[in-house]
Amino acid sequence: MELYAALQFVWWLLLGVLLIGLAVMVGMDMGVGTILRYVGRTDTERRVALNIIGPHWDGNQVWFILGGGAVFAAFPLIYATAFSGFYVVMLLLLWSMIVRPLGFEYRSKLPSARWRNVWDWSLFVSGLVPMVVFGAAFGNLFQGVPFHFSWNLTSTYTGSFLALLNPFAILCGLLSASLSIFMGAATVMNGATGVMYDRARQLARIAALVAIALFAIGGLWVHGMTGFVLSAGPGAGVAQTPLQQTVVPAAGAWFANFQTYPVLWIVPALAVAGMLLGWLAAGARRSHLAWWLGAIAWLGVIGTAGVALFPFLLPSSSVPAQSLTVWNASSSKLTLTWMVGFAVFFVPLILWYTSWAFYVMRGKVSAADVEADEHAY
Amino acid sequence: MHDINVVDLSRLQFALTALYHYLFVPLTLGMSFMLAAMETVYVTTGKEIYKRITQFWSKLFLINFALGVATGLTMEFEFGTNWSFYSSFVGDIFGAPLAIEGLMAFFMESTFVGLMAFGWDRLKRGQHLAVTYLVALGSNLSALWILIANSFMQMPHGASFNPTTMRMELSSFTELIFSPDAQAKFVHTSIAGYVTAAIFVAGVSAWYLLKQRHVDLARRSFRMAVLFGVLATAGVITLGDALGFIGGQAQPTKLAAMEGLWKTQPAPMPFNLIAFPSQRDQTNRGEIQVPYVLSLLVTHSLTGTVPSIEQLEQEAIARIHNGIPAVAALQRLAADPHNAGALAQFNAHEKDLGYGFLVQRYAPDVTQATDAQIATAARDSIPQVAPIFWSFRVMVALGLFMLAYFVLAVIYTMRNRVERKRWFLKLAVVMIPVPFLANEAGWVVAELGRQPWTVYGMLPTWMSASTHSVGYMIFSLIGFVSLYTIFIIVEMYLMVRTIRQGPDSHPDANSSDKQWQAGRLAGTEA
Repeated sequence: MELYAALQFVWWLLLGVLLIGLAVMVGMDMGVGTILRYVGRTDTERRVALNIIGPHWDGNQVWFILGGGAVFAAFPLIYATAFSGFYVVMLLLLWSMIVRPLGFEYRSKLPSARWRNVWDWSLFVSGLVPMVVFGAAFGNLFQGVPFHFSWNLTSTYTGSFLALLNPFAILCGLLSASLSIFMGAATVMNGATGVMYDRARQLARIAALVAIALFAIGGLWVHGMTGFVLSAGPGAGVAQTPLQQTVVPAAGAWFANFQTYPVLWIVPALAVAGMLLGWLAAGARRSHLAWWLGAIAWLGVIGTAGVALFPFLLPSSSVPAQSLTVWNASSSKLTLTWMVGFAVFFVPLILWYTSWAFYVMRGKVSAADVEADEHAY
Repeated sequence: MHDINVVDLSRLQFALTALYHYLFVPLTLGMSFMLAAMETVYVTTGKEIYKRITQFWSKLFLINFALGVATGLTMEFEFGTNWSFYSSFVGDIFGAPLAIEGLMAFFMESTFVGLMAFGWDRLKRGQHLAVTYLVALGSNLSALWILIANSFMQMPHGASFNPTTMRMELSSFTELIFSPDAQAKFVHTSIAGYVTAAIFVAGVSAWYLLKQRHVDLARRSFRMAVLFGVLATAGVITLGDALGFIGGQAQPTKLAAMEGLWKTQPAPMPFNLIAFPSQRDQTNRGEIQVPYVLSLLVTHSLTGTVPSIEQLEQEAIARIHNGIPAVAALQRLAADPHNAGALAQFNAHEKDLGYGFLVQRYAPDVTQATDAQIATAARDSIPQVAPIFWSFRVMVALGLFMLAYFVLAVIYTMRNRVERKRWFLKLAVVMIPVPFLANEAGWVVAELGRQPWTVYGMLPTWMSASTHSVGYMIFSLIGFVSLYTIFIIVEMYLMVRTIRQGPDSHPDANSSDKQWQAGRLAGTEA
């Protein structure tokens, strides 16, 4: 394989790694935010839940920022087209996300119950909305997004804001939210005891079952969906723009990769296995195991979407020929090379010190600790 | 084609959100290092008071940090949401430093800030100190990569336009990161953050000294802040000069605007200390000039000259004429990427491609551009003089004022007189907003001075925006203004409340102050 094509493929894989990192790490914090008001009935209980993720949410959030940065650097056309095309949705995502740091940092600074209540609700919104939007964005990829380019690659989105919230997208959004609730619940189980533990356990089991059901329905839905096939174009590893290819719509096209390479069925199997075993592990009070199984479920779900769509990244429903693929949306060879170099060095380093941070802060969070520590949330 | 209102509204939104973000960043940059310095004293001397000092200031640091993180997200989003053509046009180059910032710096800062806040009882002293240093290092490295990205917009080094992919592509990574503008700007900007933190800590400490509360903590914090501040302020001014020197050569239009230099003059050139520039009449009113100083400042010689706006406009006209065939060739290449004639024409005129885009705003078919349209486009190549002229003077004047303040503070502190000078303590409190103003003024000079380009000389701002409706832009502007207004009120309230509460919420509040004062009376510091 030509080096540039290999780099493009590697960046497609790394993009997957980052998205999974984002879903797992940010997703668990957002899950805790979503279930905060349910697992924590009293103020102290809520503070316990917040302090379980307190030392980590900020570091975890960088997966999101890095995911954005990596798309910008490795697939700038995707970044430009998706962020501007999904404008209103992106703003809802952004506004709900910028409330989070304040929710964590400011909530427990004042004793007032009303004040804390407002921040609890904002943590709920900033936990749930981004995960739904995140999943809904994936849902739209399968259906294509109405955008096209002019001669100099100015992109124009011709759909409406509401079109992005179609039934399939909402299904994907709910799948994403339920996996995030599962991860959040497993995280609360890791750090809490007593009634909070029981509430979280119950939620984890429900979320896992809901996720399995949604994933199965989604699979059937995609099976009947019209997908796209890249039928002619410059191909991999060639400098090009999205104006030079031919794309044809075809029923069931999103299953083509699985048919060509049956070994890929492992990926959706991982998703189902992760959710099913996660359900069992939560039931058996093995919260750490449940957390890891949830991470595997995320790997399977995002991996399934990636494999199904490959080489498409952002198909255009209005002008399919201008769909964005791994080959026509990526950065130049030199940029991809430098970026791989940095990623190879820093990603393991980040994983190493993140694990250390979790190791240092391991163990249960008690109500007494939270009340004694001046820095606690 | 782009609606110009959308471009203006996008600019307004970006400016508001960036200026807002930039209220929190400098304090983070400086406070993180001050916390590391305070904690170093704690670890090396073992005195508990320094642990209390570090923990107290870290509370304020974290309140500020939360908004820095939150509003930083906006900045990342906006490139894609509001400046999508910019993102696809230079993403190959501009995206890389942003991604590396995440990998190298932001992960470090954010992971360890959690341990810094929550790890006091879980980490050994040395480990916690290392964590604090990593937060400081992370936040400063973060600034480095962001400024490398920004410097590409100011001085597009290490990249060239690729007509096959219709975008700019990286040609040399090392040229990109070792851009002289980036290096000078990083040091100038991060040290400006240290000044900001020093004035903040000194001001809050002075308030305690005035109120005679937490005297021990305040006295020690004040001293450290003053030492930190005097060194940093001297650094900012020196580096600011270097930045002016480098930036002036890279962006002559910005320099001419900063100096209000409309007409060409012989060397040695005078410096306009005060003037009221009029964009319409292309002249200044009420000038007060200092002879020789402009040549000295900008070229570091008496014989150097600075190109005037008049001269730069003439050059722009010539470059537009040369850029028109480049744009025309590009349009032919878009239709047929293998057109050898078009490629040759493009290569011959490539260096003025951006100037061709400048006139495309008025003549969508550039080959039909009239002389009047070309003249208008050339006039566009000059930024708004008055706001740049004044922002620059505000920044410099505040910088010199802060230097004077710190020199005085050092003298008083060394003579142990500062607590008797109540007027000076009051001044220190009033000084708190000053570095913030100077930072914002510096941002205006740098970014408004870059107009009409998003990438200087390459990509005009009018092309860079996304193709949205005005309604979308108003919707998002209202959203940002309302959210940000609430945020700043909440943040200020919590800051003031935390300061009022002071370091001790425990009953034995002032015991260590008393011990310290008793120790001083006995001639031995605790």
